[in-house]
Parts: sequence; C-alpha cells; structure tokens
Amino acid sequence: MPANAMNEGRSVSVNDPKCTAAVELIHVSKTKPVVLGDSVTQLQVIEDVSFSVPKGEILALVGPSGSGKSTLLRMINRLEDPTSGRINLFETNISSLDVRELRRRVGMVFQTPALIAGTVADNVSYGPRLRREDCDPGEYLDLVQLERDLLHRPATALSVGQQQRMCIARALANRPEALLLDEPTSALDQTAANTVLDLICRLNRELGLTVIMVTHLMEHARAVGTQVVLLVRGAKIEEGPADAFFRGPATEIGRRFLQGELSNER
Amino acid sequence: MNASAYIHISLIDLLIALLFVGVTAIVSYWQGLGLERDIAVGTVRTFVQLLTVGFVLQRLFDASRWYWVVAALAIMTTVAGYNAMKRQSGAKQGLFAVMTAAIATAGVITLILVIGVVLRVRPWYQPQYVIPIAGMVIGNSMTGAALVVNRFHSELTLRRSEVEASLALGATAREAAAGALRESLRAAMMPTINSMMTVGLVQLPGMMTGQIISGASPPDAVRYQVVVMLMVAAATAVAAMTAVFGALGVFFTPAQQLSPRLELGRRFDAYTARAKH
Repeated sequence: MPANAMNEGRSVSVNDPKCTAAVELIHVSKTKPVVLGDSVTQLQVIEDVSFSVPKGEILALVGPSGSGKSTLLRMINRLEDPTSGRINLFETNISSLDVRELRRRVGMVFQTPALIAGTVADNVSYGPRLRREDCDPGEYLDLVQLERDLLHRPATALSVGQQQRMCIARALANRPEALLLDEPTSALDQTAANTVLDLICRLNRELGLTVIMVTHLMEHARAVGTQVVLLVRGAKIEEGPADAFFRGPATEIGRRFLQGELSNER
Repeated sequence: MNASAYIHISLIDLLIALLFVGVTAIVSYWQGLGLERDIAVGTVRTFVQLLTVGFVLQRLFDASRWYWVVAALAIMTTVAGYNAMKRQSGAKQGLFAVMTAAIATAGVITLILVIGVVLRVRPWYQPQYVIPIAGMVIGNSMTGAALVVNRFHSELTLRRSEVEASLALGATAREAAAGALRESLRAAMMPTINSMMTVGLVQLPGMMTGQIISGASPPDAVRYQVVVMLMVAAATAVAAMTAVFGALGVFFTPAQQLSPRLELGRRFDAYTARAKH
C-alpha cells in the first residue's frame, strides 16, 4: 500500500524518557443520556480509560462504531466533559485551562467538513479573528496545498475533499499544539482521503504536531498511525505502537476486531 | 362628542349575541366538522373569563391603589412567562425564568416610557391607562419571547455542526451562535414590523376600534394607536433580545459547550426530572 510508505522516515520514539505526554487521559469515564427509541437512558459510553499520547506522535484511536471514540476525542477539547477522571494537556489538567485557550491549542476537525458561513478566507482566519490577531489565510492554504485563488470563493463552492483540507487549514491557523481528527477521511473518496492522510503525515513531520485521529477504517489508521488505542464498548482493549498492533494484536478481541468481526457493536 | 353616549350592552343583549354561537354551531354540524363541543366550551370560557376580568378590573379601578396595580402587572407577567415557556417545542426546563425576566424587562422599560414620558399619566398608576397598555405590552412581549427562543432552538439544532466547529476554534457561545441569534431575532421582530406596514389598510386595530366605539374622535384614537404600534415594536424587540440572551445561557453550558438538551429535545425534561430522584 502506497500510504504505508509515508510512515518511513519518522523517528519519534515512544520509549524516549524525554518525550513528554502531549495528551494524557487518566481514568476517564463518561456516562451520558442517550436516546433509545422514545426514552432517554443513562449510558456508560467511556469506562475507565487511561492512555497517553507522547508529543509528536500520531495516535490512531480505533474501534467499532459506537465504541465511544468520538466522545473520547470531544472530551479532549471539552466539547464534552468526562463524568470522572481527568485529561492533561502537556501536564496541565485541561479543566483548569481557559476553555477558549484550550481549544486554540487543540485543533479539531470533524467527519463532515463543518463550514462557517462565508468565504474560504473567512473560514481559515476565523480563529485568529476571534482573538483580533492578524492572519494571512493564504499561508495556511499553502500548508494544506490548496490554491490561493480559492481564498475568495464561498466555502460551499469547494469539493468535499478541498473543504476538509480547508478545515485542517482553519485549525492550523490557530497554531495548535495538537490536532484532533474525528473520522477526517470517512466522508471522502479514496483519492481525497489519500491526500488528507498524506497531509496529516506531513504536518506531523514538518510541524511536529501531535495528532489523535479517530477512524474506523483500518487502512487509514495503518497509513498514518504511529500509536494505536483500540476502544471497544467504551473500554480500552489495546494500546501500543501501530506496527506491532497491525502485525499481531495482543488480545483476542483485538484480533477479532482486525478481522472485521466486531464491526457492528451496539 | 359625549364620551358616555355609547350604547351599553345589557345582559339580554349578551344572550341575544349567543345567536352567533348558533350560527357557528350550525356550520360545524352541517359540514360534519365535529367542533360542537369545542364551540360550547369556548363560548362558556369566553363568558366566564371575560366577565371575571371585567369584575376584577372594576375592583382595581375603584380601589385605584398603586400596589394593586403592581400586583396585577406581576401576575400578568408571570402568566405570560409561563405561556411563553409552554409554547416551546424543545425542552422547557429553565425557560420559565428566562421568559418571565424578558417580559418583565420589556414591560418595565416600555411602560416607563409610555406612561411616564409619552402620555404623562398622573398619578402614574391610574389603572384605566396602565392596565390596558400593560396588557398590550406584556402580550406582545410574550409572543416575541416565545418566538425568538423557539426559533433559536431550531436554528442551533440546524446549524449544530457550524456552531460546534466555531466553538472548537475557540469561539464563545455567543460568537458561535451569532448567525443563529441574528436569524432568531429577525424572525421574532418581523411580525410587528410587518404589522406597522399594513395597519389601518386591512384591518382597524382593536384598541382604536374600541376607543372610537366608546366615543373618542377618530383622530384622537389614531394617535393612541400610533403610540401603541411603536410601543409594541419596542417591547417586542427588548423582550426578544433579553429572552434570546437568556436562552443562550440555557442552551450552552458555562464551559461553552452545547447543552445535551438540544440533542434530547423534549425528552430532556423527563430525563432531568428523573435524574433528580
């Protein structure tokens, strides 16, 4: 697979003691109301999950749909809060940070490109504009390899693949330290998805950006992930270097997951 | 023109007016609308409610005490707040306070201007002026507040991904909801602004009609109506503005997150009621 080649040439070591944790989850649990039919039930969506993401790594957060991957990701920039446990960003508890500052430092990209009304430039410079900072949106389009001519087009005029890259540029304009990607390639066709995967690797390499990517697509996890966490029914099943996981999972559940036997949990 | 010269409606006249109910009922029966029962209940309620209000107002007018007037305004505001909350299609929790506060704010500001500055009623609590004017102000504020919050709720639901993307980029709830806020305020203010366009052309407003019947000269009644139209527009604007910013605090958490109530809708009320036990 050509995407595999992108993994080469990166030299971030997990076991390096100087490697600080960019993101660290400590005994995180979450129950939340979920609509089931006509009633609302309190459901445990995350159960005592701990792991850490060393600075400069790309963590692929994988699991069957409904396993709580997105909820976990959304808790890292506090779009939701855990019921118990805590989350650290570079050793600071995120709940002690100003939430806007936290969200600036941790960029987020969603599955379907979420557009802000206006032009591509309006979208890309949205974050800096909130803080009344100057921003050259063109610079960020260069980073995600979009043509600068697109700047003054309405964001809706872009293809979905271009929109997703624009969303990444928009997150980068905040100069984040980490990037959270929630199924960033699931809404894209294969070519557009490969471009985005390529881009994720390059940003990680060139900017030293820590990345956490939620995905249910194993080829995509394999293409970019240096670390893997497998989540099933809200619980962490496996954690470790990506190559080891894809070579042979340590657990029976992990093995069954890779064989596609767990694809429709819940 | 003699103000007391208008025709009084006796009890017998009222009973004769029941003929109208007969007409309505015949239409329903004839066309098989099945509305006979509702027509009967509606008629009885109209009689009971309005005769009661007439009686209460008479006592209020006779007493002419500022504290009775203030009490009446407080009750009107509370009932309006409750009604505005009841009209919400989503979860209602927390909205009674928002609505009542919005209607009270709009009421106080507009009434001070109309009673104190425009009409210069002396003493200010003269029920003959304060009560009917407050009724119009509070009624329209209620509609504005109910409309704006309902629309805000559906705008946020509709624009959820845009709102969350903005929050995720570091926007405050207010910044992230800016588009939804604008759309909701427009929707709430349009009806009163539209009525300013057509007033008098299609239909004569109730208050003006009433004044004319009770003997006021049309030019005089018209002046009152102009004041009322402008006052109602201002009251709607203030109520909608206050209500929507109050709702912002209900639909978002202090940590600038969308409240789960948007996802759960009406079910949120039952869910939180259960969670308390």
